[in-house]
Parts: sequence; C-alpha cells; structure tokens
Amino acid sequence: MTTDVIEQESHDSHDDHHDDSHGKMTGIKRWLYTTNHKDIGTLYLWFSFIMFLTGGAMAMVIRAELFQPGLQIVEPDFFNQLTTVHGLIMVFGAIMPAFTGFANWMIPMMIGAPDMALPRMNNWSFWILPFDFAILIGSFFMESGAPNFGWTFYAPLSTTYSNGSTAFFVFAVHIMGISSIMGAINIVVTIMNLRAPGMTYMKMPLFVWTFFITAYLLIAVMPVLAGVVTMLLTDTYFGTSFFDAAGGGDPVMFQHIFWFFGHPEVYIMILPAFGIVSTIIPAFSRKPLFGYASMVYATSSIALLSFIVWAHHMFTTGMPLFGELFFMYCTMLIAVPTGVKVFNWVATMWRGSLSFETPMLFSLAFVILFTIGGFSGLMLAMTPVDFQYHDTYFVVAHFHYVLVTGSLFSIFAGAYYWLPKWTGHMYSESLGKWHFWCSLISVNLLFFPMHFLGLAGMPRRIPDYALQFADFNKWVSIGGFAFGLSQLIFLVVVIKCIKGGEKAAAKPWDGAEGLEWTVASPAPYHTFSTPPKID
Amino acid sequence: MNKGTEQKNIQSSNSKVVKKLVLIVFGMFGFGFALVPLYDVFCDITGLNGKTNGASVAYAADGIDTSRIITVQFISRTAQGIPWQFEPMEREVKVHPGEVKFVKFYAKNESNRDIIGQAVPSVSPGLAAAYFQKIECFCFTQQPLKGGEEVEMGLQFYVDPELSEDISTLTLSYTLYDVTGKVDS
Ligand code: HEM
Ligand SMILES: [Cu+2]
Repeated sequence: MTTDVIEQESHDSHDDHHDDSHGKMTGIKRWLYTTNHKDIGTLYLWFSFIMFLTGGAMAMVIRAELFQPGLQIVEPDFFNQLTTVHGLIMVFGAIMPAFTGFANWMIPMMIGAPDMALPRMNNWSFWILPFDFAILIGSFFMESGAPNFGWTFYAPLSTTYSNGSTAFFVFAVHIMGISSIMGAINIVVTIMNLRAPGMTYMKMPLFVWTFFITAYLLIAVMPVLAGVVTMLLTDTYFGTSFFDAAGGGDPVMFQHIFWFFGHPEVYIMILPAFGIVSTIIPAFSRKPLFGYASMVYATSSIALLSFIVWAHHMFTTGMPLFGELFFMYCTMLIAVPTGVKVFNWVATMWRGSLSFETPMLFSLAFVILFTIGGFSGLMLAMTPVDFQYHDTYFVVAHFHYVLVTGSLFSIFAGAYYWLPKWTGHMYSESLGKWHFWCSLISVNLLFFPMHFLGLAGMPRRIPDYALQFADFNKWVSIGGFAFGLSQLIFLVVVIKCIKGGEKAAAKPWDGAEGLEWTVASPAPYHTFSTPPKID
Repeated sequence: MNKGTEQKNIQSSNSKVVKKLVLIVFGMFGFGFALVPLYDVFCDITGLNGKTNGASVAYAADGIDTSRIITVQFISRTAQGIPWQFEPMEREVKVHPGEVKFVKFYAKNESNRDIIGQAVPSVSPGLAAAYFQKIECFCFTQQPLKGGEEVEMGLQFYVDPELSEDISTLTLSYTLYDVTGKVDS
C-alpha cells in the first residue's frame, strides 16, 4: 500500500509490487487487476454501453407491445418487469457508469494528476458492477421473475404485493450504491488532493467542477437510498412496518424518503452533462466559456436546491396546500440557475467562429432539447396542472427529454470529443454525422408525441391503451425502433476508431482548451507523473 | 522536500478526506432512518397525513358549539386478502363540535378460519385529523374473529370545536388488515 497511491518515480524504476499499474499484464488479467485510471475509465464506458444496449433491447420489446392497442407480445406482468428493469438499467447501469467512466479518464488528466487518488478502490468499485447487474438481470430467469414494481419501487407494490423479487432487488441496489459511493469518494479525494500546483479551485475546468459537485450529491443521497431499500427488505421479510399501515407505518413515507434520494439523483445524472457540454461548446465556438464563475455558482445552487424539491413528485398524494405551494415554488426556483446555464452556453456561441463537428452537433442538440425537457418540467412543477399530467406519458416525455436528449446526448458528445485522445485515431466524421442525424430525427419522433399522448390522458406503465391513442403510439414505436438501430452506428464508429483511422494529433480540435490536449494522442498509459506547470 | 515524504503527505491527507467522507456516508445512512421518527413527529404536530390519535383521549372540549353542524361520514374498506365483511352501521352522522357521539361498525369473518383483524383509521381532509378525537375505538385494539363469527364494534368520538370554520364535512375511513401472522400479544 505504499506506492500504489501515486506513481511518482519514472516508469522504468518500478519495484515489483506496483507493476499491476504498469500495464505489464496481458489479456484478461490486465483488466481484472488494473488500477490505472484510463483502463478503469475504459471499463466503465464499455460496461455502460453494453448496459445501454441491454436496457435498449428491453425498450424495443416495450415499444413493440405498444405498437398497437391490445395485448400482443408479452404478458402484462412481464411488461411491468421490462419497464422496471429498463429504468433501473438505464439509470444505474448506463448513465451513471458512463459519467464515472468520463470522470476516471479525464479528471486526472485535466487537473494534472498521475492517477485517481485511490486506485485500488477504483478497481473494486468498477468490478462489483458487472456482478451486480448480472444479479438484477438474472432475476428474469428466476421463478419470481424480475422486479415488476417500477424503478421507483413504491411500497406496498414492492413489499406486500411483491412478486418475490424484492430480496434480490434490494441486494442489487445495495451493491450499486456501494459502487457509486466508492466512485464518488475517489473523485472528491482526487480533486481535493491531487490538483497540480497552481491549479486553484476556480481554475479547474468546469467539467471537473460539475463532477466534484455531483460526487458530493452521491455521497449525500446514495446512503439514503440504501436506507430506504433496507427498510423495504425488513418490511417484506422481517415483519417491520415502516411502510405498512396495518402495523402503524405509512406508505406515503416511503415516497418521501425515496424522493429525498430521487430528486438529487436526477441531478446526479445531469450535472456531469452540463460539464461535458460546457467543455465542448467553447472548443467549437473558439471562445472561452462565457461566465465561468456564474456556471460554478449555478451548478452549486442547483445541487443545494435539489434537496428541497422532492415532493414535486408527490403532488397528488394529498399534501396540504402549504406543502404544495412550497414545493411548487422551490421547484420553479431551480429553473433560474438552469436558465443561467442555458444563457451562458448561448452567449458562448454568440459571435464565435462556430464549426459543426459531431461533438458540437450533439452539444447543440443537447442545449435545445434539454431546454424543452426543462420546460415540460416547469409545466409539471405547477401543482394544479400536475394533477392532470401526473402518471401520464407527459411525465415519460419530460424525463426522456432531459435524460436521453440531455444526459445521453452529452455522453455521445463527450465520447466523440475525446475519442481521438482515447484511441489515437480520428473517428469517421461522416459516420458520426449519420449517427447524429439519425438519432436526432428518431429521438424526436419517439418522444415528442408522448407529450400529446400524456395530455390526452394515456397512463404510463400500462401494456394496453384506449383506441384513440393508436396512431401516435405507432409513430412513437417507429421512432423507437429507428433510435435503437441508430445506436448501432455508434458502435461501428467506436470499433472502427479503435482499430485504426487517421492518426490524431495531440490536439485535434483547434479550439480545445485543457491539460488533456498537452499530452500525446492516444494518451500515454501514464500521464503527469510529474505535475505540469500551471500559470 | 523529497519525493518520499511528499508522497506520505499526500497519503495522509487522502486518508483524512476519506475518513470525513465515510463519516458523511454513515451519517446520511442514519439520516434516512431518522426520517422515520421525524416524519411521525412532523405529521403529529401539523396533522398532515390524516392520522388520528392512536390511543384513547379524555373528553377535553369546553362545551358544545351548537351554532355549527359537522357532517361526519364513515367509509370502510378491506385490504387485499382479508375475507371479512366490514361496514359502518351508519353512513354518516351530524354532530355539533364538542358533542360526544357513539357509532357502530359491523364485521363478519366470512371464511372458516380464525383471523385477527386490525382497522387503521384515516381522516380526510388531513388537516382535520388533529381535531377528530376518539374517546373509544375498536381500532385501538386488534379484533380476533373465529370462522363465521360476527361482531359489532363501537367508536365514541367528538369533534374539537377548534376545528377550522372552513371545514364542515369530515370523512373517516377505516382500512381493515389481516394481522393474523403478526400479532404481538
Ligand atoms: C427545469 C428542471 C426540472 C423540473 C422543473 C422538473 C420537474 C419535474 C416534476 C414536477 C416531475 C414530476 C412529474 C410527475 O410525476 O407528475 C418530474 C419528473 C421527473 N423528472 Fe424532472 N424536472 C426537471 C429536470 C429534470 C432533470 C434534469 C432530470 C434528469 C436528468 C429529470 C428527471 C425526471 C424524472 C426521471 C422524472 C420521473 C420520475 C418518475 O416518476 O419515474 N428532471 N420532473
Ligand atoms: Cu424531481
């Protein structure tokens, strides 16, 4: 444990007990034992992509069932299992690990550190994930079936009326919680202690700031999630009555505790996206980010406010008027710092010399489509209208705009932006553009009509629907299949880019800023063994 | 400063930060559980979730306010899995605030096994719950019924005259649960 924290010596003077961090091993062992932040970043990103395709396959079955009214392909109970596991996989298996992958790859390079601060824990926090999701997905093949109570696992659906999957579900959530907490601790320690001399907090790239704040959010709320699933477990199997009215508990309390975690969780999934987009837009506008300091403060205030808005998910539970007003106004308040961000991105582009490579296209789409998701969020935040919209497809439209065209698009943008640094090759710009345009068109066909379906009253999480919704659902399903297929283009782009292609310069984007572009492409296995000079 | 000590310094400051963060993690785990009593206290004080008093209270109103009439409605439902018939014997009563009323509920075990039931009350609108005072209620205890047995169960209550002028109708809802496996006596 003495030398694996930081690699200080030059590469050739190593002693045997840290050769694991030198890439000496080959084959599977390299990946199993690695403590190198770049290797672990790669593992996270591939894992996330595989989960994305798995969750996506479930969505395809969901959309196939909803292609026309009536029950065609799957049983209602299996449909519920699919929506539940789709949600869990996308949130905890695709979006969150992808961001952790970015953090691992980029943060040490951006702050001039040789590696993450706690490399062994880093290895562990990744490697428990595949086993965790094997358990979750494996529950499909058990007698009980997979969890069928929604990704929000409201009691008593997940307790009294559970199909018997609760124990495995709770176990899986605990492990992914532990993994996220370890990842977050690592990020905080790295940023606090390993910044190169001269890199003050207010000189850190905004990307690093957003991950720093996100890591704190994770440390604050993942334990609450662990607590609530523990209560669920003891309610289901050990006779406690936290959420059981028969024993003096309260099912509504479940929702309070869950959403106390749940709302900050949605910001955990969007703040890193803000960081990525705030890196890319200046690069392709060839101008520094407009209002850096205000971006830092806006991000922090979004994070703080996220703790006092949770009950906007619960307007229809019969809260008293005061509560509804309080949570309504607090929620709307979040729109202010969010607006500051959108303003700053637009101001960054204002009179810049723009160019439209794939990372920039995804970032631009992010700004516009995330804002649409923010607007539908504002509509949902208005208590009286939420009584109409709640639990309809309007909510589904809202959170897919912020999560798919928001978080996911930022992940694509970031991947295209840093692929040359990761692989040493340029990706195929024409295939990238194909991926972008196919995704852009199909994603809107997929999610935009859902707004209207919701306004017209189609409930979410139901395998069948009334006839008047048939046309819209058909278009939505077509959009869904097209979006799913478009993602295979991305897979091809990435594989081609790893295999070869035009050699990438150290700094392939002329407007890019940051320490990561001062090292060669592909980034050497060890970077910044001696800290860079920062002025 | 040579490389070795520099590295030691970083390590010890790393572990300092880690310790603090782990403390936050455990603190927040505890906080999740602390939310449970906090929630109950909060609801008790504000009367937000429609929960009524869980044990008998003594009559404590100063007099009857004959200028107001409150309609108290009763509804009952049985939770999934309990084969009982369970109904209020009067659908609604009109009372003056401060006036003590006695009503009865009817329950019958329609199966042929012995079952212990527990009724859980809730008042709507929630803000009125704190003013709905039960002097005696079958919901304070569990109710065992043999297969086929029936029973009339009493509820004695009054509405506190402090109840907001805006409220003229209260709905008291009982949900009956099967607690046969979980009896604590
Ligand atoms: C302007 C900012 C936002 C506002 C005002 C807002 C508001 C809301 C409201 C009021 C709901 C509850 C709707 C209902 O169930 O009736 C909701 C649901 C949701 N929001 Fe947002 N939101 C915002 C941004 C975001 C972001 C950035 C994300 C994630 C990246 C997000 C993810 C979600 C999710 C996942 C749900 C649905 C949860 C569920 O019931 O399954 N929202 N939002
Ligand atoms: Cu929320």
